[in-house]
Amino acid sequence: MLCQICNKKTATIHLTEITDGLRSEMHLCEHCAIEQGIAAKSQVSINELLSSLLAVQPSDEELLGPSEQKMRCPLCGFTLDQFRKETVLGCPNDYEHFEKVLLPLIERAHNGKTSHCGKIPSKTPQKTKKQIKLVKLRQKLDTAVRAEDYESAARLRDEINQLDS
Amino acid sequence: MKLTDLSNDINEWFSGSGPLSDIVVSSRIRLARNLAGYKFLSRCSTAEKSEILAKLKDILMSLDLSDKIFYISVDKASDLNRDFLVERHLISRHHAAGHGPRGVVIARREFFTAMINEEDHLRMQVLKPGSQLSKCYEQINHIDDVIEQKISFAYSPRFGYLTACPTNIGTAIRCSVMLHLPALKMTGQIDKFLHAAKDMSLAVRGLFGEGTEAASDLYQLSNQVTLGVSEETIVWEFEKNIIPEIVEYENAARKELLSKQVDILDDKISRAIALLQNAHLISSQEALFLLSHLRLGVNLYERMGAATPAIKRLRQLTGLRQNQSSSSTDKDKGLSIATINRLFMLTLPAHLQINYGKQLDPTHRDVLRAQIIRSALNQET
Repeated sequence: MLCQICNKKTATIHLTEITDGLRSEMHLCEHCAIEQGIAAKSQVSINELLSSLLAVQPSDEELLGPSEQKMRCPLCGFTLDQFRKETVLGCPNDYEHFEKVLLPLIERAHNGKTSHCGKIPSKTPQKTKKQIKLVKLRQKLDTAVRAEDYESAARLRDEINQLDS
Repeated sequence: MKLTDLSNDINEWFSGSGPLSDIVVSSRIRLARNLAGYKFLSRCSTAEKSEILAKLKDILMSLDLSDKIFYISVDKASDLNRDFLVERHLISRHHAAGHGPRGVVIARREFFTAMINEEDHLRMQVLKPGSQLSKCYEQINHIDDVIEQKISFAYSPRFGYLTACPTNIGTAIRCSVMLHLPALKMTGQIDKFLHAAKDMSLAVRGLFGEGTEAASDLYQLSNQVTLGVSEETIVWEFEKNIIPEIVEYENAARKELLSKQVDILDDKISRAIALLQNAHLISSQEALFLLSHLRLGVNLYERMGAATPAIKRLRQLTGLRQNQSSSSTDKDKGLSIATINRLFMLTLPAHLQINYGKQLDPTHRDVLRAQIIRSALNQET
């Protein structure tokens, strides 16, 4: 169905008005609806959100610039083109080297999460261990709250504040 | 250690025991790890792969698991042996089809297996019967700690354990439960379960490979998110929210079948009995489909005390009478869940061939499968 005003774009906003028992319908595209003051801008963002969900990831060129596109990991010689084909990375260093490109992908794959808060290997240096311990405590706090274990939650909160200060 | 030592029986995790085992057949936790200082496998030379294999094999073979441990070289195994290992859930399809030096370390009772050089250098899993994810995690976490004393894994404070594929980073944990959901299917509610799983970012697969869930009603449900959430929380989510909810759904559907749709239920069970007792050719898919209905029937009797005409016939088939005094000895005899599970596994294509001692074409397999099922069901009369 086309927009009743511009007759060009697809009508995505449908308005039914009943005045004195008389029913009238309006079918407008978003652009015309906003001009008519019927739809607020927020409507647009939903469409934007949808199209961004459906859109292909930004190209390497957009993210990195043409020179970086052919960038290779200095340790394993891996390129992003190879990642696209094989869907696995070349070495652990790739996570750092291609972070800019990988991050949006990681975020999507893990429900918006981008940092680890699980197990910490016993051999990790003390400094990073503290950072992760903090995240882990927050995770436990979250679990305790969900389990309605408020006593543990209070204790964990104290522990976090102490470690963080 | 020969594969035939394994192939004649079911493994511990498929024995039909454990908490909630009428619905939650088994639990599994897998961890993925890569050695620090090495490239991921796609960039490794054959020599490097051999080096990784030797290092990990050495450490894994020295683990104290209170069970015999043995090693199978997957690259040197025959196609049939590889298929068998896949059917048995000891290696993945990906591992079977891979290239270069690779192998698997297996505990004799099959509660622990570790694939070396699959997609990651090391993928190890602990499996237990019934709903036991916490116990699986406890055990695999301990094994991981022991290994980590001897070797360093690729790890970053930001992304956790680093894996070849970015979808596994962080905890690199995969929690799975194998579920038997025949009543949800019969009452037309299985889509509700599939949608709910998708909403919770859980993956659903068939227990015996892609597409088998539709036949066997055996579903494998696993987490997909591994980053930004702790191992304990992932396990907790399963045990406190996901599993109880699904068990409740399936139980409600079972009750609905018994109270409102007895004819449909009895028809399915009766047809399964008749076909399995009499058919001379049964395909793998058909066997999964019919055995699933027998499994439901036995569980309805054992867990809910149901005694519809078809379930009574199922009891007669097992040579038991309803009025026997002790229900516990009652369960020990006759057609048990363990026997049905045994038939599920032993009639899979590679199992049939390994136990027969040679390769068979599909028609011969169908004959053999029908024979094994007929004799198992009639023996118990």
